[in-house]
Amino acid sequence: MNTLIAIIGLGVLCLLFEIFNLRKAIVPITIIGLLGVLGLTISEFNSTESYYNNMIVVSKFSSTFSSLFIVLTIFLVALGHNFYENHQSKISDYIAIKIFLLAGAVAMVSFGNLAMFFLGIEVLSISLYILAASDRMNLKSNEAGMKYFLMGSFASGIILFGICLIYGAMGSFDVTEISELSQSAELPIWFPIGIVLVTIGMLFKIAAVPFHFWAPDVYEGSPALTTALMSTLAKVVAMATLYKLLSVMNADISESFKIIVVVISMASMTVGNIMALRQTNVKRMLAFSGVSHAGFMLMTLLSLSTSAGSLLYYASAYSLSGIAAFSVILYVCKNRDNEDIVNFHGLGKTNPLLAAILTAALLSMAGIPIFAGFFAKLVLFNQTILAGYLALVIVAVVNSIISVGYYFKLILAMYTKEPNEERKGTPVIIYAVAVIAIVLNIVLGLFPSFVLDLLA
Amino acid sequence: MNVSLILIILLVGAFATYLAGDKLASKVALFFGLASLGSSIVLLNHYNLGENISFISQWITQPNISFALKADGLSMAMLLLTTALTPIIIFSSFGNQYKNSKSFYALILFMSFAMAGTFLASDGLLYYIFWELSLIPIYFIALIWGNGDAEDRKKAVVKFFIYTLAGSLFMLVAFVYMYQQAGSLLLEDLYKLNLSATEQLWIFLAFFLAYAIKIPLIPFHTWQANVYQKAPTVGTMLLSGIMLKMGLYSVIRWQLPLAPLAAKEYMYIFIGLGIAGVIYGSIVALRQKDLKKLLAYSSLAHVGLIAAGTYTLTLDGLRGAVLQMIAHGFVVVGLFYVAEIIFRRYETRAIAEMGGIRTQSPKFTSMFLILVLASVALPTTFNFIGEFTVLYSLSQINIWFAILGGTTIILGAYYMLKMFQHVMLGETNSKVFADVTVNEGITLVLIIGVLFFFGMYPKPITDLITPSLEEILTQINRIN
Repeated sequence: MNTLIAIIGLGVLCLLFEIFNLRKAIVPITIIGLLGVLGLTISEFNSTESYYNNMIVVSKFSSTFSSLFIVLTIFLVALGHNFYENHQSKISDYIAIKIFLLAGAVAMVSFGNLAMFFLGIEVLSISLYILAASDRMNLKSNEAGMKYFLMGSFASGIILFGICLIYGAMGSFDVTEISELSQSAELPIWFPIGIVLVTIGMLFKIAAVPFHFWAPDVYEGSPALTTALMSTLAKVVAMATLYKLLSVMNADISESFKIIVVVISMASMTVGNIMALRQTNVKRMLAFSGVSHAGFMLMTLLSLSTSAGSLLYYASAYSLSGIAAFSVILYVCKNRDNEDIVNFHGLGKTNPLLAAILTAALLSMAGIPIFAGFFAKLVLFNQTILAGYLALVIVAVVNSIISVGYYFKLILAMYTKEPNEERKGTPVIIYAVAVIAIVLNIVLGLFPSFVLDLLA
Repeated sequence: MNVSLILIILLVGAFATYLAGDKLASKVALFFGLASLGSSIVLLNHYNLGENISFISQWITQPNISFALKADGLSMAMLLLTTALTPIIIFSSFGNQYKNSKSFYALILFMSFAMAGTFLASDGLLYYIFWELSLIPIYFIALIWGNGDAEDRKKAVVKFFIYTLAGSLFMLVAFVYMYQQAGSLLLEDLYKLNLSATEQLWIFLAFFLAYAIKIPLIPFHTWQANVYQKAPTVGTMLLSGIMLKMGLYSVIRWQLPLAPLAAKEYMYIFIGLGIAGVIYGSIVALRQKDLKKLLAYSSLAHVGLIAAGTYTLTLDGLRGAVLQMIAHGFVVVGLFYVAEIIFRRYETRAIAEMGGIRTQSPKFTSMFLILVLASVALPTTFNFIGEFTVLYSLSQINIWFAILGGTTIILGAYYMLKMFQHVMLGETNSKVFADVTVNEGITLVLIIGVLFFFGMYPKPITDLITPSLEEILTQINRIN
C-alpha cells in the first residue's frame, strides 16, 4: 500500500517539477525516488496485509512483482534521458506518465477486489495509449496509438463484461469471497463465462495468439522507448495479473480450461516464432518474439498453485534481456526513421561492447545456458512435465530451436556485415542501463535460487 | 586442491587475455594454457596418489542442482587431452595475424574452459550447461575469423549451431524427465534410477540425437565438412581435436550407463551406424579436392569407428575407443596444422595446386609423412593401439563388423597416401616453399612425440582409464 502511495506521490512530484522549471533534474530525482520506493517495497516484503476492505492486498506475490516492475521502470526512466533529448519541454509529462503507469501496474498485482483490478488495468492502459502516440508529429506513432486505443478499449470492455458476469454469479467483487463461493457445488454458468471473458481480455494485453494482431503494428509505430516499455514492463504486468487473477479466484481451473491454455500457449509460441523469422524490422521481430514468450509464460497457468516462482523468474529474465536489447536498439536507431536490421550491420566492429550486450540479451531470450533465460525455460519445462504436459514441452523445445533462427539473424548482421556509417557519441546512460541489465540477467543465471525461492 | 582449479585458471585466463590487449593476447593465452596443463598434471599426481580431487557444492536449491565436478580416470584423461591440446593449438596460431586477437584468444580459452567443464561435470544440468556453453565461442570463432565467402560461411556456421542446439535440447528434456524420477541430477543418483525399457529407449534416443550430431555420426554429419573447411584452422582443431570427443565421452559417461537396456537391445544398429560412417567417410574422402575437407571426412571415418567401439559395450571396445579418442585428437590437430602450414605459403587449400614440396622442404615432408602414417594407424603409433583394440572388440561381437571396420585402415591408407602424393611429391613446385619455422617445427615435433611415446608405451593411459571404465561397465551390466 505504501508503495502505491509513494509511487503516485512521485508521479505528482514529476508534474510539479515542470511548474518549477526543474526539467533537467527530473530524471535523476525520479530514479532516486524510485530506488526509495524499491527499498520501501522490499522492506514490506514479509508482511501480508489488506487495506480498505480488501481493496488492496499486499502479499509476497505482489511485493516481489512490484519490485520487478519498479526496477524495470527505473531502467526505462533512465533511458528517457537520452530519448527525450529533443523534447525537453515535455519530458516531465513523459516521465510522469510512466510513473502513473507503474502505479497502475502495482495496483494490478496487489488487488483484492475486481474493481481495483479494473482500475489498475485502465490506469496502465491509458498511460500506454498516450505513450504509444507520444511522437505526435509522426504518422506511424499516431496510427499506433489509435490502433492500440481502439483494440485496447475493446479488450477492456470485454474484461468489464466478464467482471459483471462474475458479479452476477457471485454477488461480490471481492476475490476472496468469490474464491470461497466458487468452491460450492453449483455454479451458475455465467461464472465460468465471466472468467473466460476476463481471460480473453488479459490475453489481449499480453498479446497471445489469437489476440496478438495489434502487437506488431503498435510495436513498430510507437516510439522505440514505448515499445521497450510495452514489450517488457506491460507484458510481464499483464501476465502476472492474469496469473494472480486465476489463482486467487479459483485455484483449480478446470480441465477444459487447461486444454485451452495449452492450445493458446502452443499457438502463441509457434505463430510468434514463425512470423518473427520473416521480419526485417527489429521492433516487429521483437514483437513476434514477445508473442512467443507470452506462450511460454502461459505454461505457468497449468500448475497455478506452484508456479509463481517460475513465473517471476521467467518474467525477470525476459524483461531484463528485453531492456538490454532495447537500450542497444535505442542507441543504434537514434535519429533513424526505421529500425530495419540494416542499421545493425557491422555493429560488432563499430561498437563491440553494445554488440556483445545485444548478443547476450538475444542468447538469453533464446535460452542458451548461463543466461537467465535458460533457467527460466528449464524451470518452466520441469514444472510443465510435472503437471503432465510432455507434448507441450516438446512443442516448446522445438520452438526454442526455431527462435534461434531469427535471434541469430540479428547477431549475424552485427558480426558479418560491413558497417554502413559511423555513429557518434557515447551516451553513458544507455551504456550503463544496458550493462546493468545484462549483468543482472547473468547474475540471475548464476544464482537462480535467489529469485526462484522468493515465492517458493 | 581439486579440479575446479583448472576451470578457474581457464576462465580467469580468458578474461586476462581479453584485458591484455591485442599485442599480448596470444602470449597471455599461451601462459594460461600452459598453467592449466601444469596444474592438471599436478592434479593427476594427486589423483594417482589416491587423493580425492572431486568438488561438489549445492548450487540451486529448487530445483536441486549441484555444482559437482567429479574426476575419475576417464575424466582425467579427457581433461589432460583438453589442457594438452589447448596450448598446442594456441601456439600453432602464432604464425598468423588475427584481427582483434584479444577476443580471439579469449574465446579459445573460454572454449577450453567449457570443454574441460563438460568432461568433469557429474551433475546433469551442470554438464548440459558446459556442453552448450562450448558452442558459443566456436560459433563466433568460425563466424568472425573463418575463411571463404562470408555468406557461405554464415550458412555453414548457423546450420552447425542450430543442428547442435536442436540435438542438445532434446537431451535437456531427457534430463528434466529423469530429474522428476530421481529428484536430483547427480550422476550417482541417476545411476540408481530404475527406468523401464521404454523409458530407457526414449532417453537413449534423446541423448543419441545430441551426441550423433556432435560426434558426428551418419546421417547427422552434414554440418561437419563445411564448418571444418570454413572455420579458421584453430577453430577446426578445437572442433575436431577436442569438441567431437565431448560427444564420444558423453556416450560412455552418460548415455550407456543411464540407458543400458536400450543400448544392449539396439547395439547392432548403432555399431552399424558407426561402421557406415567409416565406409562413407572414407569413400567421400577419396574424392575431395580440398585438403581441409578431405581431413574432415577422414575424421568422420575415424570417429565412426570410435563410436562403433563404444557401442560394443565391452571393456576392450570402451578402452580402445578412449585411447583412439586421445590419439585421434593429437593426430587430427597435427594434420590440420600441416594444412595450415601449407596454406601460409601457398594460400590455397586445393590439393591440385600443391605438389612438389618434398624437394624444397625435406624436414616438413618427413614430419607430414609421420602424421599421415599415424593417422592410418601404423604400428608403433598411438593410433594403432586405439584402432586395433577397437577392431578387436568389434570382432568379438561379430567378425563382419571388424572386417568392415577394418576398411578404415585400407581405405584410409589409400586416400591419405594419395593425398600425400599429390600434395608433397612430384616435380618441384614453381612456387617457393619456405622451410618450416622454429615454432611450426616445435609444434609438429611435440605432437609426433606424444604419438610415438604412447604408441610404444600406452600403459600410463590404460592404467588411468581402465578402473573407471570397469566401473561404468558394471553400471551398464547391472540387472534391473
